[in-house]
Amino acid sequence: MVSLPEPDPAILARRPQIVRALRAIVPPECLIEDALQLAAYETDALTAYRQKPLAVALPQTVEQVSDLLRFAHREGLSIVARGAGTSLSGGAVPAADAIVIGLAKLSRILAIDYENRCVVAQCGVTNLAISHAVAARGFFYAPDPSSQVACTIGGNVAENSGGVHCLKYGLTTHNLLGVQLVLPDGEIVRLGGRHLDSGHYDLLGIVTGSEGLLGIVTEVTVRILSRPPSARALLVGFATTEGAGACVAAIIAAGIVPAGLEMMDAPAIHAAEAFVHVGYPLEAEALLIVELDGPAAEVDYLLGRVSELAREHGASSCKASASETERLAFWAGRKSAFPAVGRLSPDYYCMDGTIPRRELPRVLRAIAQMSERYGLRVANVFHAGDGNLHPLILYDANQPGELERAEAFGADILRLCVDVGGVLTGEHGVGIEKRDLMPYQFTAVDLEVQRRVKAVFDPAARFNPGKVFPSLHRCAEEGRMHVHSEAHRSAGAAERPAGAPGRGEGAGRFADLPRF
Amino acid sequence: MLRPRDEADVAELIAASTCALEPVAGGSKRGIGRPVEAERLDLSALSGIVDYEPAELVLTARAATPLEALRQALGAHSQRLAFEPPDFTRLLAGAGEPTIGGVLAANHSGPRRITAGAARDHFLGFRAVSGRGERFKAGGRVVKNVTGYDLPKLLAGSWGTLAVLTEVTVRVHPAPEHERTLLLTGLAPAAAVRAMTDALGSACEVSAAAFLPGRGVGLRLEGFVPSVRARAAALLALLGEPDGEWLLGEDSRRFWSAVGAVEPLTAHPIVWRLSVPPGDATGVLERLAPEDYLLDWGGGLIWIGASEADAQRVRGALRGGHATLVKAPREVRAATAVFQPPSGPLAAVTARLKAAFDPSGRLNPGRLS
Ligand SMILES: Cc1cc2nc3c(=O)[nH]c(=O)nc-3n(C[C@H](O)[C@H](O)[C@H](O)COP(=O)(O)OP(=O)(O)OC[C@H]3O[C@@H](n4cnc5c(N)ncnc54)[C@H](O)[C@@H]3O)c2cc1C
Repeated sequence: MVSLPEPDPAILARRPQIVRALRAIVPPECLIEDALQLAAYETDALTAYRQKPLAVALPQTVEQVSDLLRFAHREGLSIVARGAGTSLSGGAVPAADAIVIGLAKLSRILAIDYENRCVVAQCGVTNLAISHAVAARGFFYAPDPSSQVACTIGGNVAENSGGVHCLKYGLTTHNLLGVQLVLPDGEIVRLGGRHLDSGHYDLLGIVTGSEGLLGIVTEVTVRILSRPPSARALLVGFATTEGAGACVAAIIAAGIVPAGLEMMDAPAIHAAEAFVHVGYPLEAEALLIVELDGPAAEVDYLLGRVSELAREHGASSCKASASETERLAFWAGRKSAFPAVGRLSPDYYCMDGTIPRRELPRVLRAIAQMSERYGLRVANVFHAGDGNLHPLILYDANQPGELERAEAFGADILRLCVDVGGVLTGEHGVGIEKRDLMPYQFTAVDLEVQRRVKAVFDPAARFNPGKVFPSLHRCAEEGRMHVHSEAHRSAGAAERPAGAPGRGEGAGRFADLPRF
Repeated sequence: MLRPRDEADVAELIAASTCALEPVAGGSKRGIGRPVEAERLDLSALSGIVDYEPAELVLTARAATPLEALRQALGAHSQRLAFEPPDFTRLLAGAGEPTIGGVLAANHSGPRRITAGAARDHFLGFRAVSGRGERFKAGGRVVKNVTGYDLPKLLAGSWGTLAVLTEVTVRVHPAPEHERTLLLTGLAPAAAVRAMTDALGSACEVSAAAFLPGRGVGLRLEGFVPSVRARAAALLALLGEPDGEWLLGEDSRRFWSAVGAVEPLTAHPIVWRLSVPPGDATGVLERLAPEDYLLDWGGGLIWIGASEADAQRVRGALRGGHATLVKAPREVRAATAVFQPPSGPLAAVTARLKAAFDPSGRLNPGRLS
């Protein structure tokens, strides 16, 4: 397991004074300090990690957020921001000497602006509430993480969350126009607005996906879109994952950008079908869900094209949704894949790497081999359109050693993603979970550059401590592994690990440069 | 002038440099920004496509690869850069050739920006050398990636002031089967903005919306033939069967490349680029009463042609957004904040960011100020 940061005993000792001071900033009902209630905040959706914080404050206004941060800044206290706590990477897991700022009370939609096609909402508004607020006028907010009933828009910004429709409509970062941000010293600033792009450095871009490390997002402005007049889904079964993978490539090559393009393997198909009974093909080794949206004429036309491509690539079954109810039923299985798989096993561990699409069959084969080696079952759901893989590793935390085995299995999968040219995380974030794997993807210099960006906002590293960045000691250690693996996959990689001797290094090199 | 042959050279030159450096790839945008007093770091040798797999919709190229070379490679597979990089060569009466690294460093996007996203949204990863002379990478070669900070976003629009890009990875898109543009004539500015707002707020999936005074409002549809047909009919119905004509194929393409290149304003010595909430467009125009202008991005992008820079007045007319003095004589740019100055605590954040990447201020000093 990844270790949580060591608390500062001096801060723990000052707890009573700190709690008293917090009480002067937020009303009594907005401060949580007793152990029983704190337990509700000790973890997020990565439940293997648990740690009660010093206290939890639930500010009701941005001014209270600012006052809390000013106080923490003065006192040198750590801060962990928390939306709905649905992070799958341990991003919202507290530190023992930190104050958790729970943002659930900042839950108002502040403006719906159809003229500028945007919504301004406080950070604690749920993702789905934004779409609901504009549904009557035929609009929606596109990024739709499966957790959208619960997760907050502020959490979405912090994680740059995606969803099954981001292939066509983009991630949070592509749909975000502006934020109000409270900096670690308590200053309230605005980045972006109802206009596009930045007039100077793109601070909005860097804050998006920064996992609560740079400040607290208190308000967001997101772009809304007009809902497409129609949408239909295709359920396509394949006898092999290779066949399904080739079909995905063919759809993309044909210039078709489906609204959603998801894949499930046999274990995931079976788990989902047992859970929702929607008629998934149980004989298939791989299932594609292809959603097409737009004017009816376009949807019908593309449905035909995709069905043809599916046939050409040896689909064993192909069914188009005939009604809205049926389309939603097709999705029901995919959207409940996590709980469905959860029923097969006491615990499951959801991974989130991204790979180049072409590597899918190879990666799935390797995962099957690892599954045997580790003696743990795995089910795969996959945002096939953009190469984002979610293997679900089944384990039982009550069996000694199984959690550790599941974690080691997961880490092997993520390293494999990096080896084939992909990345450690596509949408769930690094958090605490993948922190110590960062040196596998990044060199020590790469990480140092990122750490400096962190220090620009948070020089004392008080925001979300222990997340994203490995400790320096680990960094050096794993950096060596990285060097090794980099050399190993050097085919075509124009990369030389930092510190490794380069071609012609030394006195001669600089001298022979042409100068004019 | 310094002429590195590769990234390792760039790193050594920056690390060893005792004077300021101006990174230049194609040189087509040298006329934008505060004039820089620095030795030129000519990156033109860092050119060529490194990896392009059409099925992955991703392309990696060395930073100084000419945009034209990219277009040709992509065109051979009926693909393109969806953010429609504009060509300002004529506007700036400049020499030099736009490169992919330059376009990304400037975050320049064309008319499709409103629907397809900006250059920054298609910028997946890079290799670069910081102002400290360190070689580093960020992002990746896949679309979905939240591993570490999204530094490509930060480098997009940083104009070579933080690091020198040496290799970039961009997302590419299939080119549409068909495009056409509805040109609406006889509209006053307020009615033009109204029409663009209605079209963009509809389900017609208009991929670009611009207003050229004297010419009209252009609304572009792109996609598969049956889809464009259906949306064209829906668009006409939405707008109440308006006066206008359809520009097809090459005519449509020419219209939009002219909008992207700001062609109607090339004769003006001063050109401002204003990004505003689209609903503010008419208000800003009323307050500024510009000599000449055009609207893109449904009114969210206002290009202004003038004879005086008058930064205070231009920025004073904004109620949100930002203004960039894209074209002005050197002495005017030397005396004007060309880019929107960050205000309040953000000025300090901006300065610290610059210092984090380039503590001795070697790269393009002052260009963004
Ligand atoms: C069943 C399930 C399905 C999921 N499906 C998806 C999916 O399809 N796609 C996807 O991308 N993710 C998915 N997730 C992951 C998760 O829902 C997202 O990461 C979500 O954005 C987290 O939002 P939250 O409000 O719960 O944030 P939290 O979990 O509370 O916090 C997440 C991180 O953001 C920080 N943070 C939260 N709010 C703020 C703020 N206002 N300012 C600054 N930092 C803040 C926290 O410190 C933490 O680091 C899923 C999770 C579950 C449990």
